This record gives sequence, structure tokens and C-alpha cells, in this order.
Amino acid sequence: MDIPIRELIDAISVQLQQHAEELTDLDRAIGDGDHGINMARGWNAVVAARAEIASLPPGAALEKIGMTLVMNVGGASGPLFGSLFMGLGKHLGDNPGFAEFRNALRAGIELVQQRGRSTAGEKTMLDVFVPLVEMLETFDPGGGTKTVEEIITTARCGMESTQAMLATKGRAAFLGERSLGHVDPGAMSSYLIIETVCNVIIRNLARQESS
Amino acid sequence: MTQCVGIVIVSHSAEVARGAAAMVKQMVGSDVAVESCGGTVDSRLGTDVAAIRACLDLAWNPPGIAVLFDLGSARMNAEMAISMCPAEQQERIVVCDAPIVEGALLAASEASLGSDLNTVRAAAEDA
Repeated sequence: MDIPIRELIDAISVQLQQHAEELTDLDRAIGDGDHGINMARGWNAVVAARAEIASLPPGAALEKIGMTLVMNVGGASGPLFGSLFMGLGKHLGDNPGFAEFRNALRAGIELVQQRGRSTAGEKTMLDVFVPLVEMLETFDPGGGTKTVEEIITTARCGMESTQAMLATKGRAAFLGERSLGHVDPGAMSSYLIIETVCNVIIRNLARQESS
Repeated sequence: MTQCVGIVIVSHSAEVARGAAAMVKQMVGSDVAVESCGGTVDSRLGTDVAAIRACLDLAWNPPGIAVLFDLGSARMNAEMAISMCPAEQQERIVVCDAPIVEGALLAASEASLGSDLNTVRAAAEDA
């Protein structure tokens, strides 16, 4: 599997910048109003380091993205998204295929669960990633664009499922029932990242087909 | 002089961190190593893992360090910073589940008596 790391970094960064205000508004409703700013700061730092990151093997590149987020985000999404990428990178191996990627993603999610002392169903980013990794268990990596779109749909459903959930973790937990009816900002940025990664994959599939 | 448990204060706000540290220092003088940090790398509200890591280095004493924090993400970033310390130090750095200012004051006064890490932590968590 060839990972277009530079293209992914640029695309994720642009996507999160474009949605920074929306993420911050969501976070103002149920958190402390800094999620959009924090994610933008973290991914700006990743973009600044992208030449070095792109020169690394895939696993080390993802670990470096994670460490850059940890050192720059400034809020809870630093250690959480940072752990996701660090776990993903650490377990990817030298010659990753689809199965290696899925297993590494699972390892990354386990790190997020440990760091946040959380599980799925608590109105967090895990409500996007846990159903996603379950879906990937039966996923056909040779299915082309259509199956990649199924990943986006799964992630979107995960994000939307947080709207009806009661927050028990993070600042939103202070709000109790007032957290109902709002999508979790961490789930939203998780969805945005997954959607962006999938769209990069779809673009690359199209390029391969036309060449 | 016996070495005391050090205190590290991690707030989202640089002003809160400085203010809490000033109160603690006025109370316990220079017997206890007290370090504090607050704010993100670009000086907004939040916490900075590298800054926390630097505070842990400065406050390190063999009896250990008690860390006080204000909000959940400060705790998570403190835990990240601790995980970057040398392995033999990590087990002697504890995060106290306590109000940041009162916890720091009680932890520091307990530390100034030469108490061990668990006693210092308990003092903070009773705040």
C-alpha cells in the first residue's frame, strides 16, 4: 500500500480549517469552545513539518503526525488524536496492506480509549472510530470506490449517533441532559478526517484507473 | 537538607498557573520546588505538553512530584508529559485529583514537612 502522505496532510488540514468555525460553535454549545482552534493549530504544525514527515516510512510518518498533534494542539484533542496516530503508526509495520492498516487502527483506538478512560457510547470520537473498525472487519478492500464510500457512510452514521447521546466524559459531562441534541465536536472532526482520507483514496483510485 | 516532593501546577491559563504558584511559594518558601505552566504554544487558553515536561524536569526530586491540574484536558496533557519522562521517574510522579489552588497549597505544605509522595497526594486530594 502506497500512502500519499503529503496529499493526506494537506487535505486534512484544509478540511479542518474550513470547518474550524463550525467545530468551535459545536464545542461552545457543549464544551469549552476551543476544539476548532485547537485542531487547526495542531494540523498547521503538521503541515509545517510535512517535508520531514513525508520523508519517513509510513509507520514513522504517522507516529510523527501523532507526536506533532500532542505537542501542539493544547487541548484534549492533542493527546487523543495524537494517541490515535501514534498507535496507528507504531503498529503499521514496514510493508502495510489493508489488514495491517485495520489492525493498526484498532491499536490506535485502544490507545485513545486508555488515554481518555472512555469507551464507545459516551458521546466522543470513539463513536465514530469503534463502529468504523468493526465495519472494516468485513470490508472488501478490492471493492473500489463504492466500498470506500461505505466507509464514509459508516463514519457519518457514527458522528450523527452522538447527537442523541448523553455526554459522560469531558466538559460536556457537566451539562448532563443539556448535552443531548448536539453532535460531539470530536466525533465531527473524526468524521471530517475519515471523509477526507477516503476522498483522497477515491481520487487515487480514479487516477490509477485512468492511467 | 532533606529533599521534598516537588509540585507542578498545570492550568489552562498562564495567569492562573502563575498566581497559584505565587501563593504556594509565599506559603512554603523555597524548601519545596514549585513549577507552573499555563497556556498553549501560541499563548491561548490550554496546555502545552513541552512546557509541562520542562516543569517536571525542573521540579524533579527523588521523593517525586505531585501534579495539580485544572480541567480534564490539562490532566491528559500532564499524563502525556509524564509518559515522556525517564521510566524511573514516571512511577514517582502522580497527578492529584484535587482543586488546583487549594490542592497545590495543601500538597506543598505537606511536602514542606518532608512527607512522602502518597501523603502529599492524599493531602491535596482532601482539599
